[in-house]
Amino acid sequence: MNRLQAFSLGLRSVMPLLLGVAPFGVIYGVVALQSGIPPLAAMAMSSIVFAGSAQFLLAQLVGAGAPLLLTAGAVGLVNLRHALYSASVAPVLAHLPRRWKLLLAYLLTDEAYAAAIPHLLAAAPPSRSSAGHWILFGSGFGLWAGWQVATLAGVLIGAQLPSNLGLDFALPLTFIAIVVPMVDSRALFVAALVAGAAAVALAALPYKVGLFIAALAGLVVGAALTRTAK
Amino acid sequence: MNLWWLMLACGGLTFGIRYSFIAAEGHYQPPPWFRRLLPFVPVAALTALTAPELLLVQGELILGGDNPRLWAGLVAIFVAALWRNTLLTIGCGFLALFALQRL
Repeated sequence: MNRLQAFSLGLRSVMPLLLGVAPFGVIYGVVALQSGIPPLAAMAMSSIVFAGSAQFLLAQLVGAGAPLLLTAGAVGLVNLRHALYSASVAPVLAHLPRRWKLLLAYLLTDEAYAAAIPHLLAAAPPSRSSAGHWILFGSGFGLWAGWQVATLAGVLIGAQLPSNLGLDFALPLTFIAIVVPMVDSRALFVAALVAGAAAVALAALPYKVGLFIAALAGLVVGAALTRTAK
Repeated sequence: MNLWWLMLACGGLTFGIRYSFIAAEGHYQPPPWFRRLLPFVPVAALTALTAPELLLVQGELILGGDNPRLWAGLVAIFVAALWRNTLLTIGCGFLALFALQRL
């Protein structure tokens, strides 16, 4: 796989997720303006923070006049799960120069990670030195560009855009399409069950902390099972 | 002015979280158990993101017929398990959702 093929594979893989992300970007733009954030800042936030649910939270807390430290802390908690993605892709990116690591870390969202990870893992050790990271760059760039356009549409056109067509359902559907084929062992199956059940049980925890704890629970149970199986 | 500082702080924090392990790779020796956790990250994290979208309706656990997203999600899981095709899975999931919403 050359660079262009890898890049376009990543770009294609993230397209269905864009379908679900676009309405969120539009709503974010609307919510940000309603919270009293000027259009330029609302737009800039999509590049500076570049994290969907954290930007929603940030806009809401700014609108409510929450203390700055609390707001930053909440944003950190919401994004804690990205540390898991960072740990997951780190071995695959280890050989890259720093500028690539900085760029790919900046682009490491839920969607970019989800779209790229099956291909990244499949392409891992043998062809590692080649173009695997271009897959992640393709999915990350695709999501970034789509998010900017959606935010801009929300800021400019605002509430007149239809946002409740049910397109956001593309996100869970695409995650299902990515995850289900990856579950090829009992340990992975149990890890998924534990993480899913815990995420539902802990959904009421503030700042999406439940997601992070649920994912951790899945990891620990899965790893424990592989250990006892051997 | 405060808003811009806040955005920069939140952006820096978000980036720092995403860069953390990528930056540390090669500079530390993680314990063996840590490496054993990593293969489970995609499945565990993405299932944690997805399950509440299917099972919760405005924060409430709804398992019955009045939660079309749950049943459409199950259709998608079934299709994904059988055919392992992304577009087919998404298409069938949406079709099931629209069909159930019209019942």
